[in-house]
Amino acid sequence: MDLNYTAEEVAFREEVREFLKEKLPKELSAKVKARKHLSKDDMERWHAILNEKGWLAPNWPKEFGGAEWNAVQKHIFEEETARAGSPRIVPFGLSMLAPVLQKFGSKEQQDYYLPRILNGDDWWCQGYSEPGAGSDLASLKTRAVREGDHYIVNGQKTWTTLGQYANMIFCLVRTDTEVKQQEGISFLLIDMNTPGIEVRPIILLDGVHEVNEVFFDNVKVPVENLVGEENKGWTYAKYLLTHERTNIAGVGYSQAGLESVKRIARAESANGKPLIENPYFAARLAQVEIDLMAMATSNMRIISKAAAGQAPGVESSMLKVKGTIIRQELNDLARRAVGPYAMPFPSESVEGDNDPIGPDYAAPVSAAYFNNRKLSIFGGSNEIQRGIIAKVKMGG
Amino acid sequence: MNFDLTEERQMLQDTLRRYLSDKYDTASRNKIIDSDAGMSAEVWAQLAELGVIGALFTEEDGGFGGKGFDISTVFEELGRAGVVEPFLDTAILGGGLLAAIGSDDQKALVEEVIGGGLHLALAHGEPASRFDLSRVETTAKADGGDIVLNGRKAVVVNAEAADHLIVSARESGSAADKDGISLFLVEKDAAGLTMRGYPMLAGGRAAEVTLDGVKVPASARLGEAGKGFAPLMDVIAKANVALAAEALGAMHSAVELTREYLTTRKQFGRPIGTFQALAHRYSDLLIEMEQATSAVINAAGHLEVDAAERDRQIASTRNLIGRVGRLVAEESIQMHGGIAMTKEYELAHIAKRIVMTDHRFGDTDYHLERFIELSAA
Repeated sequence: MDLNYTAEEVAFREEVREFLKEKLPKELSAKVKARKHLSKDDMERWHAILNEKGWLAPNWPKEFGGAEWNAVQKHIFEEETARAGSPRIVPFGLSMLAPVLQKFGSKEQQDYYLPRILNGDDWWCQGYSEPGAGSDLASLKTRAVREGDHYIVNGQKTWTTLGQYANMIFCLVRTDTEVKQQEGISFLLIDMNTPGIEVRPIILLDGVHEVNEVFFDNVKVPVENLVGEENKGWTYAKYLLTHERTNIAGVGYSQAGLESVKRIARAESANGKPLIENPYFAARLAQVEIDLMAMATSNMRIISKAAAGQAPGVESSMLKVKGTIIRQELNDLARRAVGPYAMPFPSESVEGDNDPIGPDYAAPVSAAYFNNRKLSIFGGSNEIQRGIIAKVKMGG
Repeated sequence: MNFDLTEERQMLQDTLRRYLSDKYDTASRNKIIDSDAGMSAEVWAQLAELGVIGALFTEEDGGFGGKGFDISTVFEELGRAGVVEPFLDTAILGGGLLAAIGSDDQKALVEEVIGGGLHLALAHGEPASRFDLSRVETTAKADGGDIVLNGRKAVVVNAEAADHLIVSARESGSAADKDGISLFLVEKDAAGLTMRGYPMLAGGRAAEVTLDGVKVPASARLGEAGKGFAPLMDVIAKANVALAAEALGAMHSAVELTREYLTTRKQFGRPIGTFQALAHRYSDLLIEMEQATSAVINAAGHLEVDAAERDRQIASTRNLIGRVGRLVAEESIQMHGGIAMTKEYELAHIAKRIVMTDHRFGDTDYHLERFIELSAA
């Protein structure tokens, strides 16, 4: 048992810090720290900076242009980037599709798509959920019928995050309706500019356009856009979901969130004293911090196992549940901390550089509280995760 | 003991519920929220005609109610439909103060309020006051026969639509003293009064109000000089009953939407409410809703007792409603999943209304602290 990082790991952390100090644009980190919305350009700009350094794809093997870091290095990177206020890496191409292509894609698909992901030539989005297929993803109905050299796709996807920016979508489609649900699904790569595709925005409760519906009306997709084998898509989808679950605990985000709540609570006053000294608020904050300290160590225990080559099992589901509870609790505390200034809905001041209505830290916190209710819903809801944990542990 | 509504209140509840379910559906309400005014003049006028505002005033003041249970009956229905129109601000706070301590001329305005023809706003909170009701740094200084107001007021709900603002300002004492606070009726277009308006997250509008040498005659003062705190506490007690009842009404809607969703949404070939993991959580919400219902009855039923016990009851109610409200809002969203995150779905607005009531006149923690203080006294 040794809670300290090795000398190499410490040196790696220094290298990451140095890099962020030098290369992370101040205007980007200021936006992230103020929880302003990032534009497509902001996200692409950060990707290009990381790509130049060779750090855009920490997960990828070196042969595909990745950094091939181990789990500890990835964790250090995630922690430091979150602390520094780096934009998040947009995961759809880099950490969802790419691992699938690397394992199951054809040589042609790998050679064509992987460099385009690194260089930012393609913006991918994920076509998984449907109106009737959420937690029960395998019941999806979007249909792909083979006609000569093409599949004809009809149906609808939903909750397509940042689909409004995407030129490509990877989709789960039904290619066989006669067999067990899981055995009739295929994994297709679809150009969003193909005739018959329509993207409609979904406005979320905080007024933000982040997700979309995508409609497919007789969309022609060349057969070479099938990944792997027809009707094996469910296997690839499950493989992808395990990659979606890396960094699932979000320790770095919670640490940044905790610091932000403390900053607010030092600036706010209650009955003439700093809010952070109010015993009721301080007790709530302390409870979350205590939970986070323990979870950070749980996270490291799993990361060490992974670095030693053991695949994480239900622990990632456990981290997803605990991690989202902690992040949501911190969002709740930030909202509480600003008192009456939680009530304004300052859409302009979140988007742009207008004068904030109250203290500048107050502007985004209520919207963030509501928006982050999604954390326990998406990526396999916390109910689904609890089901997985019990099923695995009880040997079901 | 009798927990039934009186016949009059039952009628009021039925009328209000019928009107709101006919006229105030999700789409029309969301259109109101997105409008420049952030409220509907038509809805306001029609609800006034149905007697909604009159029910919030005593007969003596020209209304036909004004008791705790009148307030809770009205606001529970407003909450159920997610109404964003400022009944709390114009009627309970503004009208309540005029009726309680206004001069004859000022009291004459109450009739207009009841008729729906006049809007009011209470400009009390300040950028640094948070929920501390006696922290008033805005000053009122005598200048010959006039009074000059200087200061800033924060998150003044309904300020832009208000014909008059009721402004709290300090005539003597230091920043957090209860003595020395006076209330003034200030016309919206008074020279030196400026406001920056904005929409609120859960609908409606508010403004930051700046008073820069605003001159009012001494006759604009409501009640006695320096004695504004106690009447302010009285209307805020009513506002707390209203807010708790409004949250309760919204919570009823959230739970009902959740029940409908759990019984109709199918995943894995069956309604999701048949999964015990969700069924038990739904049951927990119902159990907590009984607590919340009783808590609102406690507050409404103690509005007319002595101030110390009234305030202790109110603190207990708002703490409980704050806790249960958050649970109901968050669990309802969670059990729905993504659909509840969309602006167009009724629950999104309802959940915002529930959570945002916890940011007016004290949050869950403030009322816990207050309950402990008042219980020890």
